[in-house]
Amino acid sequence: MSDSLLRVEDLRTVFRSSSGDIAAVDGVTLEVPRGKTLGIVGESGCGKSMLSLSIMRLVPNPGRISQGRVMLEDRDLAALSPAEMRAVRGGDIAMIFQEPMTSLNPVHSVGDQLMEAMRAHDAKASAAELKNRAVEALRRVRIPSPERRFAEFPHQLSGGMRQRVMIAMALACSPRLLIADEPTTALDVTVQAQILDLLRELQKETGMSVILITHDLGVVAEMADEVAVMYAGRVVERGTAKDIFEDPQHPYTIGLLGSIPRIEEDRERLLSIDGSVPPPFAFPKGCRFNPRCPFVIPACKEADPPLRELGPGHRAACIRAPVELALDIAA
Amino acid sequence: MKEGPLLEAVSVAKHYPVKKGIIVSRQVGAVRAVDGVSFTLHRGETLALVGESGCGKSTTARVVMRLIEPTGGDIIFKGQNVTNVAGAKLRALRRHLQIVFQDPYASLNPRLTVADTIAEPMAVHGIGDAASRKARVQELLRLTGLRAFHADRYPHEFSGGQRQRIGIARALAVEPEVMVLDEPVSALDVSIQAQVVNLLGDLQQRLGLSYLFIAHDLAVVKHVADRVAVMYLGRIVEVAGKRELFSNPRHPYTRALLAAIPRPDPSRRGAVTPLGGDLPSPLNIPPGCRFHTRCPVAQAVCREQDPPLREIAPGHTAACHFAEDLPRFDAEADGGIAPVAQRRLAAYAAARERRALAAVPAP
Ligand SMILES: Nc1ncnc2c1ncn2[C@@H]1O[C@H](COP(=O)(O)OP(=O)(O)OP(=O)(O)O)[C@@H](O)[C@H]1O
Ligand SMILES: Nc1ncnc2c1ncn2[C@@H]1O[C@H](COP(=O)(O)OP(=O)(O)OP(=O)(O)O)[C@@H](O)[C@H]1O
Ligand code: SF4
Ligand SMILES: [Mg+2]
Ligand SMILES: [Mg+2]
Repeated sequence: MSDSLLRVEDLRTVFRSSSGDIAAVDGVTLEVPRGKTLGIVGESGCGKSMLSLSIMRLVPNPGRISQGRVMLEDRDLAALSPAEMRAVRGGDIAMIFQEPMTSLNPVHSVGDQLMEAMRAHDAKASAAELKNRAVEALRRVRIPSPERRFAEFPHQLSGGMRQRVMIAMALACSPRLLIADEPTTALDVTVQAQILDLLRELQKETGMSVILITHDLGVVAEMADEVAVMYAGRVVERGTAKDIFEDPQHPYTIGLLGSIPRIEEDRERLLSIDGSVPPPFAFPKGCRFNPRCPFVIPACKEADPPLRELGPGHRAACIRAPVELALDIAA
Repeated sequence: MKEGPLLEAVSVAKHYPVKKGIIVSRQVGAVRAVDGVSFTLHRGETLALVGESGCGKSTTARVVMRLIEPTGGDIIFKGQNVTNVAGAKLRALRRHLQIVFQDPYASLNPRLTVADTIAEPMAVHGIGDAASRKARVQELLRLTGLRAFHADRYPHEFSGGQRQRIGIARALAVEPEVMVLDEPVSALDVSIQAQVVNLLGDLQQRLGLSYLFIAHDLAVVKHVADRVAVMYLGRIVEVAGKRELFSNPRHPYTRALLAAIPRPDPSRRGAVTPLGGDLPSPLNIPPGCRFHTRCPVAQAVCREQDPPLREIAPGHTAACHFAEDLPRFDAEADGGIAPVAQRRLAAYAAARERRALAAVPAP
């Protein structure tokens, strides 16, 4: 679709090891629509953070992008010089992380850090003006008595407040894309609800696109317009939120949906998925989900199935989808 | 006749003094981590203790297990007051109350094999000899869904879910009557979390265990608990049977918690107004009702009078001045699972079943 702000094409991010390159992200293609939210969901270790760090070109050593493009409109971020990329990070794209304490500097006041972030984008503004803007930024993320909070240090704030400060700093450059990597995972549910609500309002105000990374399908349902389900370094299913929740196609997506305990339901047993996620050096041949998949047939172990269109814009990487038909045939 | 409770906490409190001054230190306040908590746990039931971070769940669990000394209150086990027992009696108590911790990575000794890890509590309590312990370890591995050959491996060779199974096997080794499960699945991925939740259910049925199940995730609680106690700032604010608590919550905090859970259903998006404000510090608990600073229905009386936990219907207690006056709780305008998704879930379950049958040769 032409209406996407960011398009990731066949991206591969590898770590060099004694036994060759290990791909934490392996051939990922996805799109982030303009002004909308893409939710990326998957269990621990499936490559969500590596994917977002790859987009930001912040993959830690010894990792590197070995293949693919990251198209921000018509610019390939993967091909930019480090200086050009720094400008993109400080301008077009901003990122917030799970643990706000580790990304805030404990020895500087919240206000100083905010002013610092703002000065980076506007070298000409006076100190008084920056201070005004910083207080305004705190107000904008709904921090009560922002004038007082301005002078406080990170440890004096609750986890939810710190995440608000991080959001304020990320928004200082008016990004067109905000990448939020598990922004509420460390927070209590009532605080999570506040932060998600805030993100939604800010998106409405600014029209920015958001990539929201989470392992929580509830958060995805609450926030995402489009969804990519990741498993073992790959996207195994993509579609609208409605597609994923009402018409899940990939067995992994189905298993995940069956594993989540639901408040409105009283099943005695949860579905659960057998086994566990393999580490990147032990990805199986063929479909990476095959050792855990109840629908596996010999062909699944041969070749890794590509994403296949199953409805408009709805793709899944499974040769047996839709599985209820597969079941009849096997019976 | 109905049996009395197996375990009972009566007005249990745990305050941590906060001191100031280096040479002459004096107490300047107290963290009221647990501030008058009472509950009962019956044989074979699961009581869930839920609440947000820092509300005192773990402290409560450790006090009732006598791992830390209470500042006040009593702990009754099988009708005996065990608040002050020591020596052999305390050891006997500890055998009957076992705990499983949240973090399967940190809670196992990395230098012990799985067999030694599981056998250790038996050795501590002088149960059996080497041969019988070895046999028991094998039995426990089977019971918790691990394999016989796992016995000689070390914890780092296992995944999170498997480590949690090892922790459960270890706790079961001495045949406890009560298992305290302190966030046993919070650190696990959902697919693994579901495996462990199912395992805990199976074990309870087979062994008649009682669980004190600590969690912050109400959706998990909905699947495991018989009764639920909701904690806020060191106090229990509501207790009810599971169905009742989820369909007819009578404390505003319980309602806020329920409303805040993101539902896996995009058609319900944005349905809730989040609770405002921040959690007050346990060093500085608000006067009156401790929830009044965030409560959407607070009145003047709430700022002055601390509402006691009182029975508002049989088996349902709540600590709110207006518990009876709250409007009907419009429980989940039930969207439920979409029909197509439902069909896929059923297909998945059927395919799994079939595979499990195929793996086991017919008798
Ligand atoms: N420095 C590294 N060297 C080798 N492998 C690495 C390195 N950093 C990460 N990995 C691997 O890359 C894979 C993807 O990790 P990533 O952090 O992206 O997962 P994630 O989906 O974000 O998981 P989580 O939900 O736990 O945050 C993991 O299996 C991890 O072990
Ligand atoms: N040894 C201690 N000294 C001082 N304060 C303590 C101590 N242990 C716990 N606390 C405080 O007591 C309160 C309750 O802690 P507790 O660990 O019981 O909470 P919790 O409900 O288990 O939280 P979580 O969900 O984060 O595990 C917290 O405010 C905590 O900081
Ligand atoms: S007593 Fe008052 S403040 Fe406390 S929960 Fe009830 S209404 Fe709210
Ligand atoms: Mg991550
Ligand atoms: Mg705890």
